[in-house]
Amino acid sequence: MNAQPTIAVDRSLKKSLVRVENVVKYFPVGGGLFGHSIVHAVDGVSLAIPAGETLGLVGESGCGKSTLGRVIVQLQPATSGHVFFKDVDLTRVRGEKLRRTRQQIQMIFQDPYASLNPRMTVGDIVAEPLRNFRVARGRKAEQRVQEVMRVVGLNPNFVNRYPHEFSGGQRQRIGIARALVLNPSFIVADEPVSALDVSIQAQIVNLLEDLQEKFDLTFLFIAHDLSVVRHMSDRIAVMYLGKIVEIGPSDSIRDKPLHPYTKVLESSVPVPDPDLEAARRPILLKGEIPSPVNPPSACRFHTRCPIAEKICSEVEPPLEMKEAGRFVACHFPGKL
Amino acid sequence: MTAVDGVSFNVDRGEVVGIVGESGSGKTMTALSILRLVPEPGQITNGRILYGDRDVVHMSDEEIREFRGNEVAMIFQDPMTSLNPVLRVGFQVEEAMAAHQRFTRTQARERVAPLLTRVRIPAAEQRVRDYPHQFSGGMRQRAMIAMGVSNEPSLLIADEPTTALDVTVQASIIELVRDLSGELGASVILITHNMALIASLCQRVIVMYAGRIVEQGPTRAIFKNPQHPYTWSLLRSIPRVDERTKEKLISIRGLPPDLSKPPPGCKFHPRCRFRVDRCFTEEPSLEEVEPGHLARCWVLMRNVEAPEAAQ
Repeated sequence: MNAQPTIAVDRSLKKSLVRVENVVKYFPVGGGLFGHSIVHAVDGVSLAIPAGETLGLVGESGCGKSTLGRVIVQLQPATSGHVFFKDVDLTRVRGEKLRRTRQQIQMIFQDPYASLNPRMTVGDIVAEPLRNFRVARGRKAEQRVQEVMRVVGLNPNFVNRYPHEFSGGQRQRIGIARALVLNPSFIVADEPVSALDVSIQAQIVNLLEDLQEKFDLTFLFIAHDLSVVRHMSDRIAVMYLGKIVEIGPSDSIRDKPLHPYTKVLESSVPVPDPDLEAARRPILLKGEIPSPVNPPSACRFHTRCPIAEKICSEVEPPLEMKEAGRFVACHFPGKL
Repeated sequence: MTAVDGVSFNVDRGEVVGIVGESGSGKTMTALSILRLVPEPGQITNGRILYGDRDVVHMSDEEIREFRGNEVAMIFQDPMTSLNPVLRVGFQVEEAMAAHQRFTRTQARERVAPLLTRVRIPAAEQRVRDYPHQFSGGMRQRAMIAMGVSNEPSLLIADEPTTALDVTVQASIIELVRDLSGELGASVILITHNMALIASLCQRVIVMYAGRIVEQGPTRAIFKNPQHPYTWSLLRSIPRVDERTKEKLISIRGLPPDLSKPPPGCKFHPRCRFRVDRCFTEEPSLEEVEPGHLARCWVLMRNVEAPEAAQ
């Protein structure tokens, strides 16, 4: 089975707020005459996030990053594996204990248009978690809603307005207010800025940073844009076809990506500097991303990897620590 | 509503020009105007669009058809909605060629596979028989580019050609556009919100805001020495993948204006940190700040001391 790296090897991560162990998420698809096929959306992922840290999760469409995020907050059940929050295994606990734990974990979604109920007022949207978790009602709930709206930079007098009356950036603030209202300690943000215009993205990125500092939040920041992930994250995990191929401190990955796929990603992202761009040579990948229904054997990247050898299609490389704090699943780390 | 207001620029033969702006800035309308494809009920109320010495605005329907087909190609953001899902990709490329009477049907058919190879679709001979859904997003965009370049246009307009694509695919499409424009000697207009793509591909940049050009000039000048506060702020609002020291992003407060009731004076003044009294009432014109570099601003960034500290 794939490694369970982060906890076993890196002692500093033992005090993690969130620990994901060997999480697997399969989806059945189709179902014709010859039975179902299975999408291996997340296939044996382990990671740990220390309190107060932002872990960035980056990968291309279909790599399973959003599914992993949803499994971690228990919006979808894992097929197997464990998600620990503090020491509570979210995949096992039920009832009151799950509710109390779940309250500390919130999610911010990509699409501020689709994730807000158009028939509810902003006040009701933000207050809903308070009611669902029976934390506050009436006057007290109103006060809390106004407080949290102020915190995210929304005018608290707008509680009676509807989502369509707000711009994209303001709607994302509403989504953030809803996530904050229960005073969570851990937030999964799934592509929170990618639907927004450039000038608005910075507003939301800065807001998330301020909130993290103010409320001591721990983030899992999921995005396809490595530039935003780099800016937000202390550590970065890179996903490819349902697996984490590399995880480590953001700076050291930037200076020396160890997995060939990480290196390809880093080389593909343009920077707003014409002099640097004139010198940048992206490493172009051959072929297309394979289907997660039928992922390649052994190392899943071997079909497209510029430095793949025979062993890569035969033996799956475990996610192992190659340098302090640097975990890589590759037979030839740092060789590309 | 005035979506595009008094925009003037030129594109030289073989030059790659970027038009950058956010949603609603008028960048796409500007490009559609060049092809006279402004959607109804919109219209070009004033101005000229010269292609060589012919004015596109006054071309007859026959001329404009000929112009669109043989001289210009447009590549759109979403390759799925631009392809017909029930027709084979090869057939659609063939049709694009045959439609403009440059090639006979047989000639067109024979050119399809080589053309798909040229845009680096692997196993093109087999893939001509595929339907669009059998192509990945990147492959579809390649097929669209193949259609675009099939008549060897001299101007290629690419409207957010990589926005819907993953970054590794984006890199290969950009390389392809760069190579093709070189091979064809074609001019390219790249429309995007992505400043980094502009830096990667373009020799000259046009920055649009609220339907106007607010700054234009050689790419290097715009990136190293932006003079309009909007350009300056935009460049500092984007995180960089090569970021070394974590600094707060400069955010541009507020929202772009509603173009049905634009603000008086400079259209950017409600969001500008460097505005002066004059900006509230009088709109500046686009003036040359150094040879080839124009900006529409009363202040200009070169006159601002310690801009990072401004509130």
